[in-house]
Amino acid sequence: MSALETTALAVAGITGGTVAEAAADRANIFEMTDAAEAAVLRPLYAGGFSHELRAALAARVARQAGDAALADHYLHAAGDMAALADPDETGAAQGLAGVVAFCDKAANATKDIAPEDISTLQDAGLSDADIVRLCELAAFLAYQLRVVAGLRLMRGGSA
Amino acid sequence: MSRVVRKFTRSVPQWQPRVTPVNLAEATPEQLEALQVTPSNTKVSDYVLTLAHDVESLAVRSPLFNAIMYDPGGMSRAERELGALAASMVNRCIYCAAVHADRHAKLEKDTAVTDALFDKGGEAELGPRNRAIFDFARKLSEAPPEATPEDMQMLRDAGLAEAEILDLILSSALFGWANRLMHVLGDPVRQEAEA
Repeated sequence: MSALETTALAVAGITGGTVAEAAADRANIFEMTDAAEAAVLRPLYAGGFSHELRAALAARVARQAGDAALADHYLHAAGDMAALADPDETGAAQGLAGVVAFCDKAANATKDIAPEDISTLQDAGLSDADIVRLCELAAFLAYQLRVVAGLRLMRGGSA
Repeated sequence: MSRVVRKFTRSVPQWQPRVTPVNLAEATPEQLEALQVTPSNTKVSDYVLTLAHDVESLAVRSPLFNAIMYDPGGMSRAERELGALAASMVNRCIYCAAVHADRHAKLEKDTAVTDALFDKGGEAELGPRNRAIFDFARKLSEAPPEATPEDMQMLRDAGLAEAEILDLILSSALFGWANRLMHVLGDPVRQEAEA
């Protein structure tokens, strides 16, 4: 697989030129980024978060960052959780209000996260393992969407 | 007694998890493999034991982290650390900021840049190259990202090659990930000296 076929470069619209040349020298990194995407979005052991829910939250985080192309990349796998990709949805209808609120805050107001944000999830019955899984999802998306935004700027577009 | 560290510092604090880390004695074979525990290496930090709750992510993240921060070519190691530091300051990850400010100072054999950043934040006086690097990484780290074509042009005007710009994007974005684990899942703490 060439680096150009990885999610970050494909979504950023890199098809050649000097950006693609620089990316080719870091092909290992783009391939590992796709491996991370698979591990975070489609793990063999999904714990409390189905692949569909993970895809919906990923599309939601991408939309909150203003990245429609990355959101589309994830939305097709969101199944019956697709409604959560809409940033105006609270998750209450799915019984996931706490999970959605935490994901939003970890993704978009990271500096404001406090111990209570974690204890609230624990009090709601989430296992520590699921809390770590949810953080990895928000955290990986934060990384991937910023790689895409940076690549678009390199290519000469806006973030 | 330990207290939570709230101000940026190069003096690396301890990290205290907000969840219970995996108990090494009860770790699965997959967790032991991702933790790289061997008979001669049984010391694993609480941070890594916490991440071992999601072993599939941990197993892919560690080599990715090392490649972005340490692979040869492209941007210098010190400048990658500056990208990591800018992200960590935006996300107020005191622990990450301490580790990567300390590495920057050691690689540069000079504390001036990180002293200035911790003292004055984004308003610190920096040379044109560090200014362009820090501003781009800081803006890319905001949510949503705020970096503009003008910020990209500043990098090119400061003389950065395409390979260096790509490494800056990768290192600052990587800390968007790391900060959301380290700052979200635990507290930076220091033991109080006895009064």
